[in-house]
Amino acid sequence: MPEKTIAISIRDVSKSYDGNEALAVHDVSLDVREGEFVAIAAESGSGKTTLLKFINRLVEPSGGEIIVSGDNVGAVDPIRLRRSIGYVFQEVGLFPHMTVAENVAITPRLLGWDKGKIDARVVELLELVRMPQETASRFPATLSGGQRQRVGVARALAAGPRIMLMDEPFGAVDAITREGLASDYRTLHERLKLTTILITHDVVEAVLLADRIAVMHGGTILEQGTPRDLLPHPAHDYVRELMAMPRQQADRVGALVTGAPP
Amino acid sequence: MPQLDPRIAEALALLPDYLGQHVILSISAVVLGIALGLPLAVASLRSPRLRFVLLATVGLIQTIPSLALLALFYPLLLGLSLVTTAMFGVQFSALGFLPSLIALTLYSMLPIIRNTVTGIMGVDAAIKQAAIGVGMTPLQSLLQVELPLALPTIMAGIRTAAVWVIGTATLSTPVGQTSLGNYIFSGLQTQNWIFVLFGCVAAALLALVVDALLGAIEIALTRRDRRRLVLSGVAFAIVLLASLYPALSEPRGQYVIGSKPFAEQFILAALLQQRLGDVHLSSVERAGLGSNVAFDALAGGDIDAYVDYSGTIWTNYMHRTEYPSREAILTGIADWLQREHGVKMLGPLGFENAYALAMRRDKATALGVKTIEDLARQSANLSIAGDPEFFLRPEWRALQRDYGLAFRANRTLQATFMYRAVADGEVDVISAYSSDGEIAQYDLVTLEDPKHSLPPYDAVLLIAPKRANDMALAEAFRPLLGAITIERMRKANLLLESGAGQKSPQAAARALWDDIAGAQ
Repeated sequence: MPEKTIAISIRDVSKSYDGNEALAVHDVSLDVREGEFVAIAAESGSGKTTLLKFINRLVEPSGGEIIVSGDNVGAVDPIRLRRSIGYVFQEVGLFPHMTVAENVAITPRLLGWDKGKIDARVVELLELVRMPQETASRFPATLSGGQRQRVGVARALAAGPRIMLMDEPFGAVDAITREGLASDYRTLHERLKLTTILITHDVVEAVLLADRIAVMHGGTILEQGTPRDLLPHPAHDYVRELMAMPRQQADRVGALVTGAPP
Repeated sequence: MPQLDPRIAEALALLPDYLGQHVILSISAVVLGIALGLPLAVASLRSPRLRFVLLATVGLIQTIPSLALLALFYPLLLGLSLVTTAMFGVQFSALGFLPSLIALTLYSMLPIIRNTVTGIMGVDAAIKQAAIGVGMTPLQSLLQVELPLALPTIMAGIRTAAVWVIGTATLSTPVGQTSLGNYIFSGLQTQNWIFVLFGCVAAALLALVVDALLGAIEIALTRRDRRRLVLSGVAFAIVLLASLYPALSEPRGQYVIGSKPFAEQFILAALLQQRLGDVHLSSVERAGLGSNVAFDALAGGDIDAYVDYSGTIWTNYMHRTEYPSREAILTGIADWLQREHGVKMLGPLGFENAYALAMRRDKATALGVKTIEDLARQSANLSIAGDPEFFLRPEWRALQRDYGLAFRANRTLQATFMYRAVADGEVDVISAYSSDGEIAQYDLVTLEDPKHSLPPYDAVLLIAPKRANDMALAEAFRPLLGAITIERMRKANLLLESGAGQKSPQAAARALWDDIAGAQ
């Protein structure tokens, strides 16, 4: 298999916060290949959101550098950078005073697309995220949590980014909806040939979705690898514990179903 | 159709002018308050220190009593006007609209700034982060996300400001700005409670209507309902135009007549306006000006004519403490006015409104008191009542010094109660104004002042420097000179007394003129 080009290269980035160690990042390096789906799995307070925000400069690192598509992001106009990268927020962050269509159209509008092109793009995106077209004129408050998250994904995809950053995007919805959203997104990732970094505290989600998993703890990446590598041979106790959880849960569920003692 | 109370009819006749001026002033102040307040509030979002200073400043302004704030800008602007006149030859009117506008604008800024700051700071942090995350510039985020989301809070601030300003604008009357406050101030001075009530109700209704319309606009904006926005916008424009129409369509008065804040002055100002009207000269009134404000306004050309009193000019403006004869004072003030201010004294009207000591006629006869000298011999057994100002004035000190007056009791009472008290025998002597209608009504006598301790207060008609050679104006007023005897003035003043037959100043002025014209 030929070596693919690196889409995102994170090199020795750090950030310290006075009195808030939960947000801090210490000397983290991570390469993400084009078309790859990387999950950063971590518990809260591990610095994972800070790391993600470095990439589109929502937060500036105090040390190290990040290369996106060959450019050092520190030298790129942050506004242009953000318009070229899709970002899905943990809290969704849909604009409550704008309709679904207007929310989806926001980045194309900022980029100055003409109206016809924007309208056609909105129809296409709602289709893509499997939202009924008649929701276009509705306001976010009238949507379910899962629908809002789909609109959030559509908004991030609107201007046709090559890279998607997703900060616990499916955290706020129930398990069944989450499952549907996650697998739908994985399909989109393939179809649109995206490069995705997904942050999650849910190891099962990481294992099921990602090509590669990086486990973060205390502001550093402890270990990374494919689910297949990481699950059987973790080097750190913390990673072993974390990785063992999905299997333990599955065993307990299995035992409950068959009635046998665990 | 039932007959309308004549005072209500009179009030209604004045409504177009008062309401129009009130609306122009209030709207200008709120618009200016928004224009200044919004950018300041937005600018302060970046710096907590600036925000603190800004909020503290507008908060501090709010603690200044509104009347004082309004009054403060008149001398400030007057000084500024003198400076600009001297330096650039630019003169502007320090009276009326400008000081009222500045004070009310400052007043309107607290709710606008505070609500804008609160509204924008209250926008969900996740939404602000999302705005930056999708690639908005800070300005785009402000205009497209933060301001629209803060809109209900900002509009609430604007509505509060509008209601405050409409209420407070009634206080701009004493600095020479016509407003619905003219009803209240003239009503208070003439005890015309119907006028007072009319002014309050009109201002309250205006505030309610404006608040409701702004509320409708707010709902339309938040729901982004274009039909509703157009409807409420049109309704707002209709109310605005309807109240402004009379003020805009009528030609502005050629002449400005001033008056001080008491009943007699309102009658005389109305009389001067009616005289001008008779020869087809239009005029507007600056009613109820403070005493010094009126004189400064005349000297500065903000008003064209008003009636003052020789004793006031002599003691208050010229700071003279000795009192020569009536004639000498009249000559003295005419010279001084011409020399120092270019103000023309057209002449005395024929009556005095002086401080005088008054007693019930039967009591004075019984005690054998005709002069203040007679009174002084018995004052130890008698009581005196004066208006709140009297016992602090130089006249009272002069009376005590020259006659050795020392009463058993000194009481302070409002003018109305003072007359009742002496009529009922509750007090023996009062400090009266010689032209008060109550002197005749209660059959009182004023005591002679053989030592001339009390200065004469001849009513004199003063003309602004720029109108000194205006023959048409002088001719219109000439029939009044020397024609208003003390009896006529008392009779006219009495018409303003509260009660069933209470007249408006305009009606009293017409009766006074009929009286003068009938005798000629």
